[in-house]
Amino acid sequence: MAIEIEQPSVGLSKVAVSDTHGEDSPYFAGWKAYDENPYDELNNPSGVIQMGLAENQVSFDLLEAFLETHSEASSWGKGAPGFRENALFQDYHGLLSFRKAMASFMEQIRGGRAKFDPERVVLTAGATAANELLTFILADPGDALLVPTPYYPGFDRDLRWRTGVKIVPIHCDSSNNFQITPQALEAAYSEAEAMNIKVRGVLITNPSNPLGVTIQRSVLEEIFDFVTRKNIHLVSDEIYSGSVFSSSEFISIAEILEARQYKNSERVHIVYSLSKDLGLPGFRVGTIYSYNDKVVTTARRMSSFTLISSQTQYLLASMLSNKEFTENYIKTNRERLRKRYNMIIEGLRSAGIECLKGNAGLFCWMNLSPLLEKPTREGELTLWNSMLHEVKLNISPGSSCHCSEPGWFRVCFANMSEQTLEVALKRIHTFMEKRERVRNLISSQ
Amino acid sequence: MALTKDQQLLSKIATNDRHGENSPYFDGWKAYDNNPYHPINNREGVIQMGLAENQLCFDLIQKWIRRNPKASICTAEGVHEFKNIAIFQDYHGFKEFRQAVANFMGKARGGRVTFDPNRIVMSGGATGANETVMFCLANPGDAFLVPSPCYPAFDRDCGWRTGVQLIPVNCDSSNNFLITKAALEAAYERAQQDNINVKGLIMANPSNPLGTVLDRDTLRSLVSFVNEKKIHLVSDEIYAASVFSTPSFISVSEIIEEMECDRDLIHIVYSLSKDMGLPGFRVGIVYSYNDAVVNCGRKMSSFGLVSSQTQHLLASMLSDDEFVDNFLKENSERLAKRHSLFTKGLEKVGITCLKSNAGLFVWMDLRRLLKEQTLESEMTLWRVIISEVKLNVSPGSSFHCSEPGWFRVCFANMDDDTVEVALERIRIFVEKQQVKSKRKFQSNLKLSFTSRRYDESVMSPHMMSPRSPLVRA
Repeated sequence: MAIEIEQPSVGLSKVAVSDTHGEDSPYFAGWKAYDENPYDELNNPSGVIQMGLAENQVSFDLLEAFLETHSEASSWGKGAPGFRENALFQDYHGLLSFRKAMASFMEQIRGGRAKFDPERVVLTAGATAANELLTFILADPGDALLVPTPYYPGFDRDLRWRTGVKIVPIHCDSSNNFQITPQALEAAYSEAEAMNIKVRGVLITNPSNPLGVTIQRSVLEEIFDFVTRKNIHLVSDEIYSGSVFSSSEFISIAEILEARQYKNSERVHIVYSLSKDLGLPGFRVGTIYSYNDKVVTTARRMSSFTLISSQTQYLLASMLSNKEFTENYIKTNRERLRKRYNMIIEGLRSAGIECLKGNAGLFCWMNLSPLLEKPTREGELTLWNSMLHEVKLNISPGSSCHCSEPGWFRVCFANMSEQTLEVALKRIHTFMEKRERVRNLISSQ
Repeated sequence: MALTKDQQLLSKIATNDRHGENSPYFDGWKAYDNNPYHPINNREGVIQMGLAENQLCFDLIQKWIRRNPKASICTAEGVHEFKNIAIFQDYHGFKEFRQAVANFMGKARGGRVTFDPNRIVMSGGATGANETVMFCLANPGDAFLVPSPCYPAFDRDCGWRTGVQLIPVNCDSSNNFLITKAALEAAYERAQQDNINVKGLIMANPSNPLGTVLDRDTLRSLVSFVNEKKIHLVSDEIYAASVFSTPSFISVSEIIEEMECDRDLIHIVYSLSKDMGLPGFRVGIVYSYNDAVVNCGRKMSSFGLVSSQTQHLLASMLSDDEFVDNFLKENSERLAKRHSLFTKGLEKVGITCLKSNAGLFVWMDLRRLLKEQTLESEMTLWRVIISEVKLNVSPGSSFHCSEPGWFRVCFANMDDDTVEVALERIRIFVEKQQVKSKRKFQSNLKLSFTSRRYDESVMSPHMMSPRSPLVRA
């Protein structure tokens, strides 16, 4: 719902008055409904349950336990030694110990199947900043990045708003479980060409948000061959790499490159963050890992606009360089997420709802297309509204993720307690039972 | 000219020069990095005086941290808050943080104005704040006027990714570098003639590099000017609490209370990097009187939020009135003392500075040491100061000063002993110059390096690229 803002006497920029910030979409409207009536187990048991927020809250106890036993190492507690150096440190290279810890953590997530050089780690305040920054570096205003649908709604803002760069979708659908095909890649590229738009790169999210699935090796190879043929960039947003339920199922683009001895790798850039895997979105920890020297240099300079607080770098350097901690964390986090995933899938199945077979992430991709009155975006939004206002669950409609097939919804499961998830599943059950009764009533007339 | 492979593959922004690091002034920093002064291990090294940092009050902050373990989420006392803070990424920021910052900003202005916490918008340091404001106010190709000499990185901050250009409003020593209405009008007119769309004026008050505060008349004149032209005014007040003697600091926030003004034109940039000496924490603030700018800036802050861990610590620290009051008082006194020590030492050898009462540096007048009143002579003198006197000071030309011979010298990023060493080296140098000028001034000074433009293609990230000087400038 657009809000009328009285125009100031002096105009603002085009960027400022555009709505490319994307906040007028249903994705955010659901948030507002939640904010106005948030579920609370004790105080508001009939409130809206937030299932539109991809947060990882299942492993905080591990982080807290580390801090409790390592307070000397990670704080300036007694006597605050090192405070001064830390407070002064604003070098855009970032703390070496932190970069080493990040590189090592990324290696561990990939089971040691890829190596990361700390000198290529560029730090930004969150993956939001990293994606925008890369776009500024790889594309000019008016150019395009190809992005497979469905995709994270925030990309519309992060990749386009201030950069002036366009997104041209690579259409994926359920006929092959939403995998990216060479035909879809070519079609997207041709579509851009037909509009006279210069394509500068492909941006994939692996594991995928909102699908909750890792990209297969053969598909990654095809994508890499495609970008090499077209001489464009490949950005691989791997922020959910540590949230794959089984370590062996994730293949990073880094592994593909290593297998090819890094030939043609200077067009590849990886985005990572600790917001999802470690559940620390408030700390604003993002990184760009580029195989292109010039991109590393330029990104580093640009990171001046969005450096990570040295206080936070210091804390996390300590935490992430403790191999015993990180190995245990990664393993335990995966198990808990898998357990949570199984719980929601089972719960939904017993309510008669199927999801895309997922193996990663903090959400599942739920198929409610059988429930649509009309197989259209409007039909989907009508159903979404019912879920929000009747069932009181905020889930994300596929259309806000630019899904070409109506009826799919992203449902987050890791940002709440198990009890709350039970309540949500119960509400879905009740909703589905009611629908079933109504349908039976109608069909029996 | 055929495009290089990089130019084909990367954007124009990535391959242009507006990051500002391809300038000759890099050499001074390299000289320091290659041979940094250390009071014990390297007393012959280069003393860093090009770095506007405030290192005088860490003891006060450390003491507070020790006494308030709850403010840290890493201590036993504070860890129970860890989860709530770690998941908080709301771009409004913690209410307590905004209140604490508003409180601090008000106190830095002697309580003469209050700030509304709901107008406090976060950004990635003042660097991020300046860029965000430009994204909100101007389109690519638009221009902002900037009184010069000015902070060297304004061009990068305001223009690199935004495409905004900066037009200098030249000030000179004929009137102690005051900004005159005539200079403003002239710059504006020239832009009109060149068909450049001026969207506003950005200034630093207190001034970097001058170390002076704007007087009431100049401020009123600036506010009138922007109102009349219907353009924006961005007041970068990051040195607001670094004023250490009279005349007192007057913020634009005070001026708009006492004169007719369209408040939608007024925006303040703030940060804790200078006043509190915490550049590593990346606390930048956009404070606008324009609701649309607050809303837009807040959305943009997603690209540069302050770490919630840091918000939490500072919310606690800056809402401690006793701490803040004491800090502001002590900071002022220590800066005054350091400023006095340094300027008196310079006076003893006949070197004067622009009369200043703020900031972390002085604007030193070395015009009489120039062979000729030219940029080349200034650069020659500068290289001598780096290679022979072994002080990294910043030449006025890097601040776009139109008058050669001025140098910015930072004094708050070192201890007293180092100040004395620096003064001693200056004394020796000046005396040597005076002997030399009795004979003819020799132009074939042996320089320890050449003045080449920094060649980027030589650099690879494996050879650690030097720290950006622009970040500290």
